[in-house]
This record gives sequence, C-alpha cells and structure tokens, in this order.
Amino acid sequence: MREATMERAMHGLINRAIEGFVRDSYGRDTWGRLTRRLALGVAEFEAMLHYDDALTAKLLDGVAEQLGKQRHEVLEDIGTYLVSHPNAEALRRLLRFGGGTFGEFLQSLDDLPARARLAVPDLEVPRLELREHAPDHFSLSVQAPTAAMPPLGHVMIGLLRALADDYGTLVLLEHRGRRATEEIVEIRLLEPDHAAGRDFDLGARAG
Amino acid sequence: MSAPDPDCARFLDVLCPMHAVLDRTGHVVHAGPTLHKLAPDGNVTGRRFLELLELRRPRAGDTLAELRAAAGEKLHFRLRPPPRTELKGVLMPLPAALAPEGGLVVNLSFGISVLDAVGDFALTSGDFAATDLAIEMLYLVEAKSAAMEASRKLNARLQGARIAAEERAFTDTLTGLANRRALSHVMERLAQTDQDFVVMTLDLDRFKIVNDSLGHAAGDHVLREVAQRMRAATRDRDTIVRTGGDEFVLIFAGLVDREKVREIAARLISQLERPIAVGGETCRISASIGAALSCDYGWADPRRIMTDADAALYTAKNAGRGCHRVHRPPGEAPLDRSG
Repeated sequence: MREATMERAMHGLINRAIEGFVRDSYGRDTWGRLTRRLALGVAEFEAMLHYDDALTAKLLDGVAEQLGKQRHEVLEDIGTYLVSHPNAEALRRLLRFGGGTFGEFLQSLDDLPARARLAVPDLEVPRLELREHAPDHFSLSVQAPTAAMPPLGHVMIGLLRALADDYGTLVLLEHRGRRATEEIVEIRLLEPDHAAGRDFDLGARAG
Repeated sequence: MSAPDPDCARFLDVLCPMHAVLDRTGHVVHAGPTLHKLAPDGNVTGRRFLELLELRRPRAGDTLAELRAAAGEKLHFRLRPPPRTELKGVLMPLPAALAPEGGLVVNLSFGISVLDAVGDFALTSGDFAATDLAIEMLYLVEAKSAAMEASRKLNARLQGARIAAEERAFTDTLTGLANRRALSHVMERLAQTDQDFVVMTLDLDRFKIVNDSLGHAAGDHVLREVAQRMRAATRDRDTIVRTGGDEFVLIFAGLVDREKVREIAARLISQLERPIAVGGETCRISASIGAALSCDYGWADPRRIMTDADAALYTAKNAGRGCHRVHRPPGEAPLDRSG
C-alpha cells in the first residue's frame, strides 16, 4: 500500500476480482501456490484497500503463466467469472439493473462508471462510450483511467458475453485493438431472444 | 360508468403506469398496468378508489369530496389489503373536455416502499415509468449493501488481527511494562538456564482508594507513574511485569545477595511512597513486597520460586503497609524480619 499516492494506487476490488477468479475457478491450492511463487507478500486481497499498481500487473502475469494462457484470455475469463459465478452474484444483479433487455443494458453502459462510483466512490473504472452503427451493430470504446490499468476491454468482452447469455441474447464480440489507453470492442446482436436467459427478480436482494 | 378515450388511456398507461382515472362517484374507470398488480385479484377497474386505498395525509379522508379537495397536494396513501403498502400520490381533476365528466386522475408511486413492493407484487423494470428512479434506487440499495458488507468483513478481519496481535504482544499497553504473557516467557527462559535470579512480587497499597475516589483516569496516571519509578529504581536488564490491576512481578537475573534484595525492596517501597500529583490532588500510596532467591533452592523451579515469593508477599502484607519479606526455603530459619 502506498499511503502518499493513494488515489493512484490500484483499488483492492480489482485485485480481489483476480483472486476470486483464481480461487473459485481453480481452487484455493492454486491461489496459494501462485501467491507463494510470486512472493506477493499478501495471501489475500482486501476489497476495500488499495495496493501498488505494480502488484496487479505482476499478479496478472503470474496467473497467465500458472494457467498457461495468454494474458488477454485470462482477462476475458475474469469478465465471464464476474457475471456467471455464484460468488459474484451481487455484481451480476447490479449489472442487470442496467436494463430489462440486453439492448437496453448496452444503452446504459455509458452510465456504468457513475453507477460504480455510487457504490464505491473511490473505484476507478474505465470510461465507456457506446456507438450505434446499426440497431444490431455497436462499438464500445473502453478508456482506461490510468496507464497502469490492465486492458479492461478484454474483461468487458468476457463480461458482456456472460451477460448476453444471462439475458438470453446471442452476440458476437470482438476486440478491435488498443491505442494508448483506449480499446474498441465490437458488438453484434445476432438473436435478441436466443434463449430463456436467467431470472432477474428485482425484489430478491442478493447476499 | 364511462371509460376515458382509448387513445388517452394508452397515453397515460405509458407515462404513468400507476395512475387511476376515477369517475365522478370515485370509482376507477381505468388504471395503469402496474396499479392493477396491487389489487388482490389483479384488477382495480370498477372498484371504489378509497376502498382500495386509504388517504392518510395531508388529511385523512374517506370521501370523494375530501379527496377532491386535496387536488395538487402531495398525498400519502396506504393500500387497504395486505401488505398495506405505503404509496405517494398526486391527483388532478380532469379538464372539462375529457371524459369521464367530473372525473379525476390520481398518479401513484411507491416512494421508499418500493424496496418491499418489488418483492410483494413481483414487479419488473418494465412496470416502472422510464423516468421513474425506482430502479436506480433499488440498484443503489443493493450496491450500498454490497459495499457495506465488504467494509464490515474488512472491519471484522482487522479487529480479529488486532486481537491476535494483542494476544501475541508482550507489553502492557497502559504502563509499557511487560505483561503476564511476557512473564511466562521470561520464566520459561530462566528455567532453561543455570543463571540465578530473584523473583519479587509487589502489590500496591492504597491504590484501590485512589481509583475509587479520584476515578479510573487518575488510577491510570498513578499506575504509569509507578511504572516509571520502578524503572528508575531498577537496572535496565531487570524485568518488570504488570501481572494485574495493581500487582507487579520483578525479576532480577544474576542476583544472589539477600542483603541486596532487601535494599532493592526498601528502595522500591520508599520511591513508591513519595507523593504522586494527580490533577490538583496529591495521593500517597505504598507497596508490599515478597521475594525469593533461586540460589536458596537445590533445583531452581521458577514456578516454585514464584509461589514462595507470593507467600512472602502475603506475610509482608499481614505485617502492615510498606513492608517487605524475603522467603527462606523450608528447613531453614523462619522468614527474615524486614530491615
């Protein structure tokens, strides 16, 4: 933790999400081996504290190496985990408040950073901007707040794919590259009512 | 009963899904789709409005005239059938050109009761007007609960860590002296070495009176001063332990001289008997001391020596305030007289 530069340090929620992904998907042992191998000096991240930016980069590289995956694949898997794993149910619900359909949800993406700050005021989230090219064709600009942030466009792809599933919508998602801190994600809606999707009961408060 | 124009009804259904159009007798002739969900049978049309909802504020009322008189005001209703949901509302008389003649339009919203209402009436986001902040409010409640839960967990973990750290600590937080945990550590170490040592147990006299008459803050101040004086009257390598409220144990490693032990005990007592200033008051306390020397024993069992020092302290206390006694092992002469 860097007291003096708190506002530029990585929010614990980011590291906590990576930790949750590894622990819940690959087991506590894998997480334990990873933290020991990387000599992180932390066995567990606190969601409400801040950590050095460098720690997050080291952690992500370590996870990719441990799982034998590319870094962007890991980021995408984390996005999927955040929507589909029962331990992240609270987040899935918060995201589903964005709209009654996946299309409505897409239209609410621009508000997502403000919504996130309502919940956690000091959380730095990417700026999101949806452009509509056709009713079923969009591109999403993902602007990282700091250069230290991992490329969150890949996380958004995993998250959007899982969420489309949640709404029962069939989508095609593609990462169109990164320039400086901006990434572009292309979104095509194939079938709005592809499957039944998962329930979202407004009254069933999670947790 | 005359229903409003169908176009007009559709118009209201989208803008105000929780509205009701009342005719001149106060019966519902049309209602928004969400309002229907509040009726036990899923239909409010044809019912007398005030039979379904109780007008509570700004003035309670049972008649249509009273309802009509509150036009334009902020109204509080309560659903008469369970779950007796609280609702906010506003009503306006229909313009003369619109049917039903002499009718009213009441628009309703949940306000804070929306948290329970979404569960009670199985509402979805489509049940709220696009401009209604209900969904945002539900979002906020869940988001805040999740954040609070994370904070609560963090606090619980930090608290646990603090307690664990305190349990591992060897220092008495009030006086900065060693604590009981440190004492057992020192005793264990002494048991493993051949070095001789002296155990002195010391109880403050009259301390309870200070605590009772001047308060705990004064008592704490006195204890800190006592700790300071004991440190000044001993060597750095001696261990001073606060074992309880006004009870202390001092361990002098390498000490074998009985006369020297008496000297130290007398010095400690005279230092502690010097007046202590607390706020505007001056208080006088004293101390009783019992001691035992490891060199008096064939095999120096620290536990046994501690017990004997305690016995000597007991004898000293019986002799009156400000006395000290040094234990003699059994078989030898009885307890020394203090000097």
